[in-house]
Amino acid sequence: MDALMVRLFDTIDETNMGWIVAADKQLRQVFAEDLIDLVPSYTTLMVHYDALRLSHAEALQRIEQVLESLQPTDTRQGRRHEVPVWYDPSVGPELTRVAQQAGIAEEDVVKRHCSRDYYVFALGFAPGYGFMGLVHEALATPRLKTPRRRVAAGSVGIAERQTAIYPLLSPGGWNILGRTTFPLFEYALRGEPLLRPGDRVRFQPISREEFVAQGGDTTPLEAAP
Amino acid sequence: MSSGEYGSLRVVRAGPLALVVDNGRYGVRHLGVTQGGAADWFSFHWANWLLGNALDAAALEIVIGGGLELEAQADATLALMGADLDAQLDDRSLLPGASFEVRAGQRLVFRQPRNGLRAYLAVPGGFSVPKVLGSRSATPREQLGGQHGDGRTLMVGDSLEWHGRSSGSRGLPFEPATSLSLSGNYLALVPGAQIGHFSGASLSRAFNLPWQVDDRADRMGVRLVGPRLVCRLGSMISEGIPLGAVQVPPDGQPIVLLNDRQTIGGYPRLGALTPLAVARLSQCLPGREVRLVATAREQALQVHRRCLAALQ
Repeated sequence: MDALMVRLFDTIDETNMGWIVAADKQLRQVFAEDLIDLVPSYTTLMVHYDALRLSHAEALQRIEQVLESLQPTDTRQGRRHEVPVWYDPSVGPELTRVAQQAGIAEEDVVKRHCSRDYYVFALGFAPGYGFMGLVHEALATPRLKTPRRRVAAGSVGIAERQTAIYPLLSPGGWNILGRTTFPLFEYALRGEPLLRPGDRVRFQPISREEFVAQGGDTTPLEAAP
Repeated sequence: MSSGEYGSLRVVRAGPLALVVDNGRYGVRHLGVTQGGAADWFSFHWANWLLGNALDAAALEIVIGGGLELEAQADATLALMGADLDAQLDDRSLLPGASFEVRAGQRLVFRQPRNGLRAYLAVPGGFSVPKVLGSRSATPREQLGGQHGDGRTLMVGDSLEWHGRSSGSRGLPFEPATSLSLSGNYLALVPGAQIGHFSGASLSRAFNLPWQVDDRADRMGVRLVGPRLVCRLGSMISEGIPLGAVQVPPDGQPIVLLNDRQTIGGYPRLGALTPLAVARLSQCLPGREVRLVATAREQALQVHRRCLAALQ
């Protein structure tokens, strides 16, 4: 009744992000006070507008106005984050599973997970949670058949070719490889997310000692059900 | 508004689910933060209206009842709206749809649903709990809002305070039992999203056969059980989900997404229920039969405007 979906692409691609980021910025500008929420995702932006103030036709017109002159933002100039992760089977029980199905050693899983920059495609699922990708094809692992009831805050996981950090204790079905103290939830609470669509993220392996020194919680994660 | 009126309710027994709600959290969904807020917004607004409060003043959403017991710590005028949860004030029966007086020491008990599922308890000026990301609504899954700011539902010993004053209690201009969110079993749906990808037979079934409200229902979503719907669309890329979205996972049984839904998701959708239909569905107990009826966007908006105008 009061939401419109702006569909820019049909497939997930890192080159989408410049367009999505640009559309996000301009839609916010043209809708201004008439915008209730704007939810960008991999290929779309959902515009939730105030239908008591703005007609459907006017909303469509504003969207067309944005799309007509849209130019992609250069995301290479965007924010880049280095995220320290303690990779260990105690807090990352699926290190073994991912290694097995890739046919490589656990330390090579870590190396590959840390070998490239990931784009933040979308925020969702939980406050500050960013869907990132794409991970090396060899690491692509399907979600757990039965999700865990409790995944610790800071858990770093992968599902298929995506990777993410759990901002807070929550249920979840991703393959968990390690843990970080990267404060996603705290920033989301302030309304200034650490990760934003179009940002790039690089994971850095750290030792248990470094993780503890950063205030990390070493409580082991329960094995998958 | 005169100042200085203070009161509180102490939680003596916590029922299965009661939480502080307001209109919900807006302008934050791009952070991955859910909307939250009163599931039956219609009853919530009328609860505040009964006291002359601002319509979005924080109230209590009481789901099922189940023995929730609150003790008044001061004399006050409160209001109850929405479901009839067989409430009692000491030994007096309390029906929704009106304001009522409590004296310090009196106890309010909510027992079992007799009509509807969610009752709204409004207090003078609304509960004074901190705003988190612009809203006082508790969303337990996200650990945001509510009486402690961390999304917790009511717990024994909690003190729910208010510092406001009502501008005067009023009488409801309609019979509580005929309230639009509590009567009727039609759920108006604005078609959209991926509706073109469903088979013709599925659409015919969706809008002509009854659906049963499943017991797998919470503030995130409500499952409907009935004919199996087939969508030709294979996998989908996750996108934003509006309130009331009717999504159909591969098992063909729809899930209607409510206030605490995830912000993005990847199941095909028939469209979205109207705000009034969302309120109505949120009041349905498991086993209740409902029907989906397609409505035009403009029609839905007109009904919504009328609902809001009545509250002026």
